[in-house]
Amino acid sequence: MAALIQTRGLTRHFGGLKAVDGVDFTLEPGEIHGLIGPNGAGKTTFVSLLSGRLPAQSGTILLAGEDITRLPAHARVRKGIAYTFQITSIFPRLTVFDNVALAVQSQGAADLAPKTRAALARVGLEGLEEQEAQTLSYGHQRLLELAMGLALSPRLLILDEPTQGLAASEIEGFKSLVRSLVPETTVLLIEHNMEVVMDLATRITVLTFGRVLASGTPAEVRANPAVQEAYLGA
Amino acid sequence: MKHWTLHLALIAVLFTAQYWLSPYHATNLARIMVLAVFAMGYNLAFGYTGLLSLGHALLLAAGMYAAGLPAQLWGWSAGPAFIAGIAGGGLVAAVLGLLALRTAGVSFMIVTLMFAQAGYLTLLYFAPVTGGDDGFAVSAASRTLMGFDLSTDTPRFVAALTIFAFGLLASLVLVRSPLGRTMVAMRENEERSRMLGYNPFTVKLAALTISGLYAGAAGAAYAILFGYVGASFATIQYSILPMLYVLLGGAGTTLGPFLGALVMFALIEAATGITTAHQFIVGAALVILVLFAPKGILGTIRERWVRWLP
Repeated sequence: MAALIQTRGLTRHFGGLKAVDGVDFTLEPGEIHGLIGPNGAGKTTFVSLLSGRLPAQSGTILLAGEDITRLPAHARVRKGIAYTFQITSIFPRLTVFDNVALAVQSQGAADLAPKTRAALARVGLEGLEEQEAQTLSYGHQRLLELAMGLALSPRLLILDEPTQGLAASEIEGFKSLVRSLVPETTVLLIEHNMEVVMDLATRITVLTFGRVLASGTPAEVRANPAVQEAYLGA
Repeated sequence: MKHWTLHLALIAVLFTAQYWLSPYHATNLARIMVLAVFAMGYNLAFGYTGLLSLGHALLLAAGMYAAGLPAQLWGWSAGPAFIAGIAGGGLVAAVLGLLALRTAGVSFMIVTLMFAQAGYLTLLYFAPVTGGDDGFAVSAASRTLMGFDLSTDTPRFVAALTIFAFGLLASLVLVRSPLGRTMVAMRENEERSRMLGYNPFTVKLAALTISGLYAGAAGAAYAILFGYVGASFATIQYSILPMLYVLLGGAGTTLGPFLGALVMFALIEAATGITTAHQFIVGAALVILVLFAPKGILGTIRERWVRWLP
């Protein structure tokens, strides 16, 4: 089976800063792939290149074999790449229902209301449909963001630090939710919480200074001396 | 359901107004309804989509001249002239959008203002055809529709009301449609909308074009119902006017543009009776509005009491 995402020599510099520097990366369909690395390693820039929020300076991105390097972000979303923001980005003055309905209707779905409610129920926000999104607690806003991503029924869901600011009890729920998404949806997870990554991910890629330092199963990555030195701490 | 009841009730009340208002006030109300159509279009761009344009006078004038010139030059009757006016407004808005929507925020304001000024100067430059600032009167032959003389009170009022009612109900349908929700999404969080798969450029272009259709309809209706076409309608004043109506009535509410136009008209009418400096009173009213009810009359009512107002 072809890789869902394959990048070759993907590069993005900001002036002298090599945020992403020639990254070769493969994402297999159906996996939960963890992307880790120290702050400033280029994780968010890398997924921004994948989602099209930033244009790549060089290199190529293939989605299931199709070159999407020059495709604008909204077209990539329609091809099945969904991105949830690191800093919660919802429509604060719209209702919870409308927030998710916007995601559902972008798929051209006719049965708007049931699909919207289904996505909300999946993250446990049912019953809050008519609330204004800005009145939700922070944890609920993160879940709303996730529901918007799910409502796109993506092939690839990119989660940028999804557990940031969640309570421990909420993290457990989040983990089982992510597990329930595969294998229909492939998940690329940027995460600082090592327990979450090691627990969820089937494979992990480590970035430092915009380059791939290591890649493999959680056990392999944990055992890798270079990773331990650069990131995990001995 | 209650949305429809409310809007249809307003239209019904306005219909009866011609029987209990004096002819003078009825004519004023017809004028208000035509200007409210213009403001409704402005509201779709500004109030719902967040496009703060300073160039809508160009779209009003486009409709006015697209209706008035064929009537003047080739003797078109009211029906075709009106349709030409709508098309003219929409077409100019689409071209304006293709160019101006490359910018956003303050740049968008400046670019739209610039195009509108260019349009105004163009009308002056071709004064032999357009009549320039003096304009021209639309001939009586072009002001009849299906045998009705639109320069007389009752047909004029009914025609204005028909256009207004159609515009109002169409805007109600639009803002409650998927496209309407997408327009609001652009206003609220463009980046998030993009990452939900919407092309901001297309959505905003659609909104601006629809806004132009409204402005074109209003300009054409003004030309046909009130019999005058002139470049003064392309001045900055007519770009500011719909913004004031919308802000006063409530941006992003379907009934706000009409209410704003009505209140502003009444305010000027009342002020004119007191002082020659009526613009001062209007200005003061706006300052008070911005300070105490920045969401406008209906925006405030919606926020405090009637949550379901569309």
